[in-house]
Amino acid sequence: MQFLSYLISGISLGSVYALIALGYTMVYGIAKMLNFAHGDIIMIGSYVIFFAFGGFGWNPILSVVVSMVVCTILGTVIERVAYRPLREAPSLAVLITAIGVSYLLQQVAQLMWSPDPKSFQSIVAGAGLKPLELFGGKLTISAEAIVTIIACVVIMVALTAFVNHTVPGHAMLAVSEDRGAAQLMGVNVNATIALTFAIGSALAAVAGALLCSSYPTLSPTTGAMPGIKAFVAAVFGGIGSIPGAFLGGVLLGVIENLSKAYISTQLSDAIVFLVLIVVLVVKPTGLLGKKINVKV
Amino acid sequence: MGEMLAVKNINVFYGSIHAIRDVSFHVDEGEIVTLIGANGAGKTTTMHAISGLLKPKSGEIIYCGQTISKMEAHKIIRLGLAQVPEGRRVFSGLTVQQNLMLGAYTRHDGKEAIQNDFDMVYDLLPRLKERRSQSAGTLSGGEQQMLAIGRALMCRPKMLLLDEPSMGLSPLLVKEIFKIIRDVNRNGVTVLLVEQNAKMALEIANRAYVLETGTIKMEGEATELANNIEVRKAYLGAQ
Repeated sequence: MQFLSYLISGISLGSVYALIALGYTMVYGIAKMLNFAHGDIIMIGSYVIFFAFGGFGWNPILSVVVSMVVCTILGTVIERVAYRPLREAPSLAVLITAIGVSYLLQQVAQLMWSPDPKSFQSIVAGAGLKPLELFGGKLTISAEAIVTIIACVVIMVALTAFVNHTVPGHAMLAVSEDRGAAQLMGVNVNATIALTFAIGSALAAVAGALLCSSYPTLSPTTGAMPGIKAFVAAVFGGIGSIPGAFLGGVLLGVIENLSKAYISTQLSDAIVFLVLIVVLVVKPTGLLGKKINVKV
Repeated sequence: MGEMLAVKNINVFYGSIHAIRDVSFHVDEGEIVTLIGANGAGKTTTMHAISGLLKPKSGEIIYCGQTISKMEAHKIIRLGLAQVPEGRRVFSGLTVQQNLMLGAYTRHDGKEAIQNDFDMVYDLLPRLKERRSQSAGTLSGGEQQMLAIGRALMCRPKMLLLDEPSMGLSPLLVKEIFKIIRDVNRNGVTVLLVEQNAKMALEIANRAYVLETGTIKMEGEATELANNIEVRKAYLGAQ
């Protein structure tokens, strides 16, 4: 029973990683860049909820929607101002810019809201949801875990349907495979990349709301570690692959939580990275990553 | 028959390399014009400059009376100028059907009209029909070339740019592809064809230009050039 409880909270943590990893993996797949500022967008989104829900006492769902809107705008503005001018630049320049944007967001947050951690009120509890008790009270699943897992699955299904069955989704697939050929089809590459950032950032807002509801401290560096873990999850599952991000995120969360419970709290991150290394040695493209054969 | 495409004194750079120098040529409505030349002569660069993937440093490209040399690629295709790129560049992870659908990306004239063009393309290229739900990466080279042509036709182009359609194909398939190009032209699509296979290209073209190290060296009627001693020596393997 204990194991089941660890497993479920691992899946819940992993679902948050998966949501963040989706942003990483979609941006990588389509813009061919690593947006290291992605984790910090989560942090900004969480502050928005902190003030909207905790401060002004707004409805929890409204607070999340407002946070999604703010993050979407922030993400597309960052893309427009910092990344688009570097579209033809070497990837290293883009990477360094992304790290710069990440620090910028953290520092701005520190200046505006101080470095002191704030205690975040769970939006899930705020919505009046109660923990689920099973087996006559032997197993308690937190409402946060249930909402997180359901939200992640719903978003995954919706996103997969969007990419595979809509015109803008097909445009995304085309740009990710061959930017030049996509342009020749009439796809506006800049608009497609902007849309990708918008979607990724909106998902980051959701991830932030769920993350801070389960782990209720919020500071300007809150997004950094989950951001890196989610990046690992994206690589683990095969970067560029949407189901890969989901699988990688959930596995990472489960491995992390079980290592914490049964091996060592201090070593749990090391174990996560060890598993990543083993996976990459055996399958360099990640679990679901595709090897693309180019036929000339 | 009016002038459809006019390239006027364009200069194109690849980084610091001056790839195209003062190139001028034109294509009239309904024609097949070919641009022949060896590897590295600047044929693909010229094509990319027309379709908007590369921007010329100077000079002008006019299509149907409109200057397109500063226009973005995704807008140029909306004018009915489609390119079948070198190396096919089909979307290998997508199915044949999805590739063709992307070809119709710019169209907003309703499902029925697009369905008609699916039928038209499958009629012209029956092999694609058999493989419609197969992913494009699993097709043979010849089938991929057909798909690339079919995909370009899905936008209902007035003019088609074809870059090395015979590359890497067996002689039999080359013949088939060239027959398809001729059929497309008979259906009213103007064609600009870039080829290393000068023999085949001169056979189906009305007029031709010879491109050498970034400049136009010769021009004329295709039949005329096919009999030209220099052309025969350099490109047709005559002794």
